[in-house]
Amino acid sequence: MKQKKDVQQGTLALMLLKTLDVLGPLHGYGIARRIEQISGDLLSVNQGTLYPVLLRLEQEGAIASDWGPSENNRRARFYRLTRAGRKLLGAEKRDWEQTAAIIARFFDVKAGELV
Amino acid sequence: MRALNRFFTRLLNFTTRSGGGERLREEIESHIAAQTEENIRAGMTPEEARRHARLKFGAMEAIRQDYHAEKGLPLFEDLLLDIRYALRVLRKSPAFTLVALLTLMLSIGANVVVFGIVNAVLLHPLDVSDTQNLYQLRLGQWTSFKLLTTSYPAFQDYRQRNTTFSALGGYYGWSEARLSWGNSVKSVYGYAVTGNYFEMLGVQPEIGRLIQATDEHGPNSAPYVVLSDSLWRSAFNADPGVIGTTVRLNKDSFTVVGVAPARFHGTEQFVWPDYFIPVVNYFDAEYLGNRTGRPLVVLGRLKPGVTPQQAAKNLSAIAAQLAKEYPKTDTGVPLRLVRPGLYADDGDVIRGFLYSVTGLALLVLVAACANLASLFAARAADRSRELALRVALGASRWRLVRQLITEAVVLSVLGGAAGLVTAGLLLGTLSRWQSPAFMGNAPVTHLAVSVDTRVYLAALAFTLVSALLFGIVAARQVWQSSPLQAMKSGPADSMTLRRFTLRDLLLGAQIAICMLLVTSSLVAVRGMVRMLHAPLGFQPQGAMLAEVDLSMEPGGNVGLERKKAMLEALRSIPGVAAVGTLSKSPFTGGIRGIPVFPPGTAEFTLKNSVLAPYGFTISPGYLEAAGTRLLRGRDVSWRDTTKTPRVAIVNETFARKIWGETPAIGQRFIFFEELREVVGVVEDGKYHEMTESPQPAVYLPLSQDEESWPTFVVRSQRAPNEMAAALVRTLTGLEPDALITVQSWPDTIAGALFPARASTMTLGVMGMLAAMLAVTGIFGMAAYNVSRRMRELGIRVALGARTKHLMSAAVGRPIVLLGVGSLVGLLLGVFASRLLGPIVYQANPRDPVVVGGAVLTMALLGMAASALPALRALAVDPSKLMREE
Repeated sequence: MKQKKDVQQGTLALMLLKTLDVLGPLHGYGIARRIEQISGDLLSVNQGTLYPVLLRLEQEGAIASDWGPSENNRRARFYRLTRAGRKLLGAEKRDWEQTAAIIARFFDVKAGELV
Repeated sequence: MRALNRFFTRLLNFTTRSGGGERLREEIESHIAAQTEENIRAGMTPEEARRHARLKFGAMEAIRQDYHAEKGLPLFEDLLLDIRYALRVLRKSPAFTLVALLTLMLSIGANVVVFGIVNAVLLHPLDVSDTQNLYQLRLGQWTSFKLLTTSYPAFQDYRQRNTTFSALGGYYGWSEARLSWGNSVKSVYGYAVTGNYFEMLGVQPEIGRLIQATDEHGPNSAPYVVLSDSLWRSAFNADPGVIGTTVRLNKDSFTVVGVAPARFHGTEQFVWPDYFIPVVNYFDAEYLGNRTGRPLVVLGRLKPGVTPQQAAKNLSAIAAQLAKEYPKTDTGVPLRLVRPGLYADDGDVIRGFLYSVTGLALLVLVAACANLASLFAARAADRSRELALRVALGASRWRLVRQLITEAVVLSVLGGAAGLVTAGLLLGTLSRWQSPAFMGNAPVTHLAVSVDTRVYLAALAFTLVSALLFGIVAARQVWQSSPLQAMKSGPADSMTLRRFTLRDLLLGAQIAICMLLVTSSLVAVRGMVRMLHAPLGFQPQGAMLAEVDLSMEPGGNVGLERKKAMLEALRSIPGVAAVGTLSKSPFTGGIRGIPVFPPGTAEFTLKNSVLAPYGFTISPGYLEAAGTRLLRGRDVSWRDTTKTPRVAIVNETFARKIWGETPAIGQRFIFFEELREVVGVVEDGKYHEMTESPQPAVYLPLSQDEESWPTFVVRSQRAPNEMAAALVRTLTGLEPDALITVQSWPDTIAGALFPARASTMTLGVMGMLAAMLAVTGIFGMAAYNVSRRMRELGIRVALGARTKHLMSAAVGRPIVLLGVGSLVGLLLGVFASRLLGPIVYQANPRDPVVVGGAVLTMALLGMAASALPALRALAVDPSKLMREE
């Protein structure tokens, strides 16, 4: 049995934005499924927790949403990335990479190099 | 930017109440449905698929709450709910709400009024530029010569010789005149100022220009007048065309050069002059060159880096030089510097009074808070079951505390708003009030009190602080209560014993504060009554004063025959009992500090003088008309003329100070450089202010002092308004050109009594507020006690308890508290005597009448307040009560 990891604060929004960026407009269920698939079922996310995050991103103007027909002809809310959202994603991505690079360097350091 | 965007969206959602519940529900439904379908495809049974879908989705309610919290502004929503709930709770108990609102309105209102006045008088700077280095000259010590002003030559000497002031200017503050322009005439008061006055104060004109130093070239060189804004508006309809026109002040023509800014009114907070003219055009050349006349109040701006002490030293050195150069006139008394604004030295008294009143007002507020706190705590105890239920249903304690505090804040905001409105009206009235301007020699006095931001902020602070003060007591109680206990035992239980102690303490404190306030107001009222009955040395009741403005005559005066004719005409008015004239009625300024020399004095230097009494000139019959008792000798007579020996009447203090036990009649002294013989002695009186110690006074006959400008005193039994009309008619018949003003004597001295009256009123109102608070406090406590113990009382009655026992059970505790609180308050009141000293005439809190009165008041109030609950306790019908519970 693999150990599932809790989602770190704030990273859910980033995953969400990236998903919409790659796959285009999606409804809530679709986003939840993609995140599960991409993370390789390593993350334990209560799917419901997506919705407050979606709402917040929408209120911030990073994403927009409309009603539309889903695959099974049900009415569903489709979310898409806005121009502001794309910018936000770019900024967050750079931030994330920088942080990751810094942390990586710390892990690579060997004792002898610090004299 | 993003955060702001989000906030506005949330605010919009909050105000439109759009919680997005519908959308979320639909999304959840479609989400679950999709997951279920997928689960079915994966091979689950439909029920299992649905259950798994829900499980995977997570706690539906928590997500919904998160969503809502994200959508709107939850804090505000809760607040709105709390407020609505609080309003509902308050509406449900109208009696409590009304009492609480009234209490808050009165106590916050009183504090706002007091703060408004403090703000206007003490915190508001004068409307001149840079008040930091502006000072006013004062004599360094009290001298027997009370004139505190400076002669014009001495002012010029100070100006030329000092090294410490960048500018030295001055004004004469008692100029009065008849202003005539076109066909209109108006009586006005103003300042006669030195040329550099406006430049020194840094005032810019509203229109036109102001008087400048370059205008002055010796006596009568600058016939210019600057109007005050209010005179410009009231007399000239704010017409800018008035600049350059000529108006007449008395008989002299002046050119209007400009209008002073609306807020500028010189350097005294209470004085609003109508006009400003150059001092060189107000006084004649002879007076300006005279060192004995002392018209000027001198103001100065210090050079940078000079301390007031250094400057005072510098000026005192000049004063000493002047005393050597002019030993006849200059005393060389050292000088000191004070801040202008509050009548110089009197400022300390005014400040002290205002600070003590502020203290008393705050005490009222504290008492009100104690009162409300105990009421609130009692209510919270009654509601303990409701509150416990809410805790049991999952409300957090913090939430309940917030609820109670919201109730307190809602209550005090409502009460505070009502108080602010009332206070605003009161302050507006005060602002419009003007001292009656009559014969006063005084410029229009009033106080501009504006309800500005600072007052609003103060009101808000009073409101919130009081809400917290009384809300927290109730909240603390809820915080400590255990819901289980409360549910089990109902409203009355043994656990509340401690709570009662807190409330007892509050009530006791409240009664003590109230007692202190009642004591001080009684002290003030006693002082006032004493002052009103203090011998004035004349009987204002039933006397009228008439002033005949003869300034249109050449020389500003008429001969003795014409004055005599006026007196005769007045005497023949039906109903007139006595008439006389007096140079200056008491309390309206008057000449004082004229040196008296012993007979045979060769050199009239101030050092050789023996006394500096008040001087009056009177006609025969004045003493009778004024009701001043002649103790020995005779009245002045028309037979005392400039050709007969000079005579004088002195008062007892004068006689005692110079001659001691030796009879005064026939003694001689030199006054106004003439040897005079004492022909009569009259009783002492008050001459300048109510609180003065016995002062010497001397009366000269009108027929030997023709310069004197008379005020007529007419005594009659007729109604004042009837008499006033008759006086005006008679005098106008004789002197058609003169401006005649008539007023009853009591009205004239009302001005002198105003400070005492105002302070008594203030303290009286505080005392009344306190008494009211005591009543509501005791009543609330007693009524609450009775209502809580109805059942117990019913059992006692059923078991045959006597009335006495029942009463003591019902209202015993409030009565005990009343006793203890009153005692503490009384002691505090006695120790606070020093606080009242400077405010109240002969303040004495140890006065048995005051102590007795205060105790009696509190006892009566306590009795009245506990009577109703006691009656209710007595009327308990045991059978009915038993059934009820």
